[in-house]
Amino acid sequence: MNPGSVPAILATLLAGALTALQIATGAALLAFALGLLLAVVNVFVRAPLARATHLVIGAYVEWMRNVPALAHLFILYFGLASVGWQLSPKVAAITGLGLVGAAVLCDVFSAAMRALPAGQREAALACGLTPLQALQTVVLPQVLQFTLPALGNYATQLIKDTAIASAIAAPEIMFYARSLVTSTFQTPLIYGCAILLYASVIYPVNWAFARLERRLGAGR
Amino acid sequence: MNDTLLTVNGLKKSYGGTPVLRDISFSLRKGETLSLIGPSGSGKSTCLRCINFLERPDAGEISLDGERIGRVMKRGRERDMSDRELAPQRRHIGMVFQLFYLWPHLTVRDNVALPALKAGGMSRSDARKLALQSLDRVHLLHKADDYPERLSGGEQQRVAIARTLAQKAKLILFDEPTSALDPELVGEVLTVIRELADDGLSMILVTHEIRFARDVADRVIFMDGGVIVEEGPAAKVIDRPQKERTRAFLGQVGAAEGLPA
Repeated sequence: MNPGSVPAILATLLAGALTALQIATGAALLAFALGLLLAVVNVFVRAPLARATHLVIGAYVEWMRNVPALAHLFILYFGLASVGWQLSPKVAAITGLGLVGAAVLCDVFSAAMRALPAGQREAALACGLTPLQALQTVVLPQVLQFTLPALGNYATQLIKDTAIASAIAAPEIMFYARSLVTSTFQTPLIYGCAILLYASVIYPVNWAFARLERRLGAGR
Repeated sequence: MNDTLLTVNGLKKSYGGTPVLRDISFSLRKGETLSLIGPSGSGKSTCLRCINFLERPDAGEISLDGERIGRVMKRGRERDMSDRELAPQRRHIGMVFQLFYLWPHLTVRDNVALPALKAGGMSRSDARKLALQSLDRVHLLHKADDYPERLSGGEQQRVAIARTLAQKAKLILFDEPTSALDPELVGEVLTVIRELADDGLSMILVTHEIRFARDVADRVIFMDGGVIVEEGPAAKVIDRPQKERTRAFLGQVGAAEGLPA
């Protein structure tokens, strides 16, 4: 097969798309779990520990948001390697993007939890639920419903951000695209295929979120 | 004979140096309906919220059926319980809020079933059965499958009452249950509360409905400025108040309600 033909280009880029999806999925899971945990601690921690917790979580969120994700990936990949801890590009990308995403989602979840009337949780505690049960049955279902549009935005942004993992040689779409361009010089065709591939991954994700929003909103 | 359900002794609470409750003491017998009345800011709601420790009192003792509420001895030191430690105690103290606080993502039936299911450890089918029984008691069985936002304010408050009933608490606290309702919806909620009082439930009712308090409560406590000014049988305190402050307050609200001052 001619390496410059469209099927050959697509086959190569598809391998990259798989890596991109792995990075995006891993980073999303890390961001979701850590972001939610930080938000719960941030919002519900009580008096003696509240000040210190707000300070630490606030600092984390600011730091992660104010530094480009690319810089985080470089530190995790090249920085750690120089002190003898070599991460694979994929692991470095998942960790870096996940830690940045956790800061973004911590803000999103915190805002939704604060927007929920405090009485909703109080009513749950007053009828004998433990704080954990109140969180599971009253707070989180509503917070997830409120934040679904923001989560959808984050997911699409994350998929696009996997492109920067090419800078640490993670074999994703743009990494293969660039190497194909240098060997075949089919520049517009290859980047066109790459764009098509991103769109065809992101579009279903958007569609799924929109559908989920409609379904969760339909009950009420 | 010991038929005392609740004792509150020496309750104190301040917010940022401003005292809201100054040494409140009273008790409640089993099956009794007690009404707390008084002007806004007199500490009625705070007092109520201290009983189930939604507010942590600064000082004082609360006991329900002989069990100390909200305090625990650990390693020789007494301290406030955490919310997790409080959960089993709060199960026995139901609370109805001014703004209902139903959970909007659950149907009416699931709102009522949740306490029994989660706090009571009931099976799903038993909890749902109990929920329907409770809804029947507030005459809203036909709304079981609706979401709360489809209901009127009065109906929402009756669902909140059903939710508290399903909790099978020893004591129910009502925190101004009709204050957020349109005037024409107040009656249906009061009717339900009256039925519960007639059924012999133990209740404490913070309310601005003075006439209702007189009719339904066995006893009335009048609070002002964080202290109990006067207490006694409902008809006595409201019809023949002994203290000048009680008379002044009843005169104001009496005028608004068309009662003889």
